Amino acid sequence: MSKATLSPEFKLISKWIRDESRVLDLGCGDGQLLSYLKTTRNTTGYGMEIDPKKNIQAIAAGINVIQSNLNSHDIYDYFDEDSFDYVIMTQALQVVRRPDILLDQMLTIGKESIITFPNFGHWRNRAQLLLDGRMPQNDALPNTWYDTPNIHLCTFKDFEDLCAEKHIQVVDRAVVNRYHESSILMKLIPNLLGEVAIYRVKRK
Amino acid sequence: MKSVGIVSSQTLHVSTPLNMVCGSVLPEYDIAYETYGSLDAEKSNAILICHALSGHQHVAGFHEGNKNPGWWDDYIGPGKVIDTNQFFVVCSNNLGGCHGSSGPASTNPETGKVYGPDFPIVTCKDWVNSQNELRQHLGIDAWSAIIGGSMGGMQVMQWAIDFPDKIKHAIVIASAPKLSAQNIAFNEVARRAIMTDPEFHDGRFIEAGTTPKRGLALARMLGHLTYLSDDLMGTKFGRELREGKLNYNFEVEFQVESYLRYQGEKFATKQNFDANTYLLMTKALDYFDPASEFDDDLTKALSSATAKFLVIAFTTDWRFSPERSHEIVKALLDNDADVSYAEIESSHGHDAFLLPNEHYEEVFRTYLSQVVQKDLTAKGEQDV
Repeated sequence: MSKATLSPEFKLISKWIRDESRVLDLGCGDGQLLSYLKTTRNTTGYGMEIDPKKNIQAIAAGINVIQSNLNSHDIYDYFDEDSFDYVIMTQALQVVRRPDILLDQMLTIGKESIITFPNFGHWRNRAQLLLDGRMPQNDALPNTWYDTPNIHLCTFKDFEDLCAEKHIQVVDRAVVNRYHESSILMKLIPNLLGEVAIYRVKRK
Repeated sequence: MKSVGIVSSQTLHVSTPLNMVCGSVLPEYDIAYETYGSLDAEKSNAILICHALSGHQHVAGFHEGNKNPGWWDDYIGPGKVIDTNQFFVVCSNNLGGCHGSSGPASTNPETGKVYGPDFPIVTCKDWVNSQNELRQHLGIDAWSAIIGGSMGGMQVMQWAIDFPDKIKHAIVIASAPKLSAQNIAFNEVARRAIMTDPEFHDGRFIEAGTTPKRGLALARMLGHLTYLSDDLMGTKFGRELREGKLNYNFEVEFQVESYLRYQGEKFATKQNFDANTYLLMTKALDYFDPASEFDDDLTKALSSATAKFLVIAFTTDWRFSPERSHEIVKALLDNDADVSYAEIESSHGHDAFLLPNEHYEEVFRTYLSQVVQKDLTAKGEQDV
């Protein structure tokens, strides 16, 4: 995903973050979000990233980045309880092996979590599956079914059900389209019209 | 890529007594060192390179009449990762070494005789204290970065702990916060090989006019084994036979045996490494444990460090595995320190830190370009 399409998401996330807080960004990619938060909110903290190339880009962006594979390394190996104000994960929850366990861990090491993921319940995905009988493929979900890193796609409802089950409080929710724009209709029927979900959650 | 060219070593004579961790005092001593590149007007672009076990001050370029470059020539030079167009690079021979710094093979100025086994036991702290004398001599207020692999990485950590305001960036490569029992065991076997050589003469072999070559070669063979990975040895040698058939005797039959013997003999005869230095250096490795002064808590040990860290490990390094680097990273994270960690894919085992590797070079180069940028920004801010 390019920097240009991500920046509106950055702005939304930045609004939810207090100045001078400590932030961990899981799957931080090239470090642009952390670098943006550092500039806009004066945050400190770390990024974690598995991809060696993106890692180098993050170092170049002046970010503290720990190269690590979240599917083979536990984040508890690195961080203790309440180490951060926010643990962020953008567009990566759907690629981890156990998103439910990771969500618990994120809310253990951080007071709050900000999570973004593509909404599988968006009408276009539903339409493709219903009319074409094929796994959806579009801007938000560009990969084919056999080479996708997304192993746990979910909808807004699925995610909120998981939060309810785990007694996790949804503090904020933003629903946007692929251009990260929001509309009144999207707010009314988010599961059908929202393409990307941005959640802020905390322990109850 | 260009080399720093022909270089020569210099020697600093320190007459300030060194109070050593073992309780001894060295009233005066020499530190041999080399420098490449030039120190800028603000004296803010200096990098100290700390060497590993059998290393020395000749880290880049060539000595007059010698075709072999310095031990880290792949990484240091104009336009190279540690760019001598930008940085003033300094490397010294550790105290107790045998390449010009005072050590067991040098003459004790008090007695006029070779130190031999009488040279005091050195530790990582002593090295850092003596390197600090060199820093002052060169007029450097703080090192822009201190970089070291393996035992060199331990010195980098010790610097960050003991002189936090004298080091801005700490680059710790293929290192560990202390040796494991297995590491110490390897060192002990190496030392026994040397000390049981009939030509060791209780360490007074120079006076006896001989060298414990066999013991030293064995020690090096063992060391070499631990620096390579099983995969690499498999690929490089497999079970290849030297004469194409088994001879059912104890001569060299497999290629790997031939290789190891060659490495051992080269070290003991051609390089003429001092056996007492090998003993001292392996002991210093065994003793390194900065956490021991802080209730065995590495987090506490590193709590005084203010440097920004880059920690690098290699996937097939089993001597100092990535898990050992994690311990360092974890302690730094506990202190909310600035730290980045990279794990480099390599088949070369512990030796990988000395060898060309695209990912490693890119991480290193990118980090060092940040060092330069930040220093420039800091200067700009001061001007305002």
